[in-house]
Amino acid sequence: MTELRKKLNRTLVAPTREIVKLERRLFLKQTLSLGALTLLSGCDVTDDDNVQRVLSTISRWNDGVQAAIFDPNRLAPVYPESAITKPFPFNAFYSEPEAPRVDGNTYKLELGGLIRDKTAWTLDKLHALPQTSQVTRHICVEGWSAIGKWGGVTFKTFLERVGADLTAKYVGFKCADDYYTSIDMPTALHPQTLLTFKFADEILPASYGFPMKLRIPTKLGFKNPKHIMALFVTNDYPGGYWEDQGYNWFSGS
Amino acid sequence: MATHRHSQRGTILVHPGVVRVTHWINVIAMAVMISSGWRIYNASPLFDFKIPAQLTLGGWLAGALQWHFAAMWVIAINGLVYLLYGLLSGHFRTDLLPLTPASVWGEFKNALRGRIEHKVGVYNAVQRAAYVGIICVIVALVLSGLSIWKPVQFQTLAALMGGYEVARRVHFIAMSLVVVFIVIHVFMVALVPRTFLPMVTGRAKVGTAEHGG
Repeated sequence: MTELRKKLNRTLVAPTREIVKLERRLFLKQTLSLGALTLLSGCDVTDDDNVQRVLSTISRWNDGVQAAIFDPNRLAPVYPESAITKPFPFNAFYSEPEAPRVDGNTYKLELGGLIRDKTAWTLDKLHALPQTSQVTRHICVEGWSAIGKWGGVTFKTFLERVGADLTAKYVGFKCADDYYTSIDMPTALHPQTLLTFKFADEILPASYGFPMKLRIPTKLGFKNPKHIMALFVTNDYPGGYWEDQGYNWFSGS
Repeated sequence: MATHRHSQRGTILVHPGVVRVTHWINVIAMAVMISSGWRIYNASPLFDFKIPAQLTLGGWLAGALQWHFAAMWVIAINGLVYLLYGLLSGHFRTDLLPLTPASVWGEFKNALRGRIEHKVGVYNAVQRAAYVGIICVIVALVLSGLSIWKPVQFQTLAALMGGYEVARRVHFIAMSLVVVFIVIHVFMVALVPRTFLPMVTGRAKVGTAEHGG
């Protein structure tokens, strides 16, 4: 009797087991081919014009979100000098030996746009402004970070001195290496945004941006222009070298 | 899942609508977040390896960042809807709890011996542990992501994470745990394919075994 039941069971159960096995195999196969399809198309999706338009629109919306999140009174963390990263990494869209050599004796910072006094500034005059320094973390858009010490004049002090329209939307920068970028006015007026002439208490070497670098600890590294030759205040969106290629414009930290 | 959701024709509601919709939105958003995140990782690898470019999304760093910071809204809003639903509807309380280490261990040992307890519409202890665990991991993934995105504006959160550089590592480890979960999760569904359909239609026949997913 038990023998018979066992036999019956075997004949009844066996086919269903086979079907289950087959089901599993098919399911696995389908999942795998779906995965392969997404892999193949994965890298090309971004190139599609419509996809790119949607992504750019969201990136501009993210600019607005970041401007709303930005607290003009919130300070970036500062670190002790012992935390400074040595050697501080060089970073640009070219290699270190290609960094531009600016002649400090003939250098003059040109001013443009919504600024009352557009007289160009020599380095001596800039160095004579009230100086301060800070040790902050530089965060690269690539993800790495490094701590450095920069010294110079509070950018707000400089903008007030030249009579810049502080109600304007943007401050734009043109650099000796053909780099260009722009920032929002609230960030330009942030107490830690410095027009710097020194790195680690020494005059900026060429690779760190001689004769000056705008140091903004509330923004990603690429928003900190080096070798600044001219700056201007405007209400028309000026873009930037990386920003025009797809990096988020606000890029706040 | 709760057994009280009985209905006619011998089927019961295994996965309510909100759970199904948020599950599939999460599948898409998580795929975008992970594949674009891998491209961002490659720009400055934390460890001694790079992710094969064919597995990444975005083409280059700027493209990957655009995808990442677009999909983050989807994953955050979708996740909040799911969490609020789970808390307010009683889904967490009835379907993911109670959860004790002893029950998880007992169930796990049974599973290794090939004896899996399966009542349709009810998660066993190992499943409960896995689902509660993955919810916590995704919360850690989002919080570490916010710390990396805004280490100055959200500096209290970033400090709780151990600072910017630690937050990067937390973000990577949480991502890795999600990937491990996905592999096991998909493998279990492949092992018991009939658990797949209820995540689409919501319903399953009473008496059907459910020990996958």
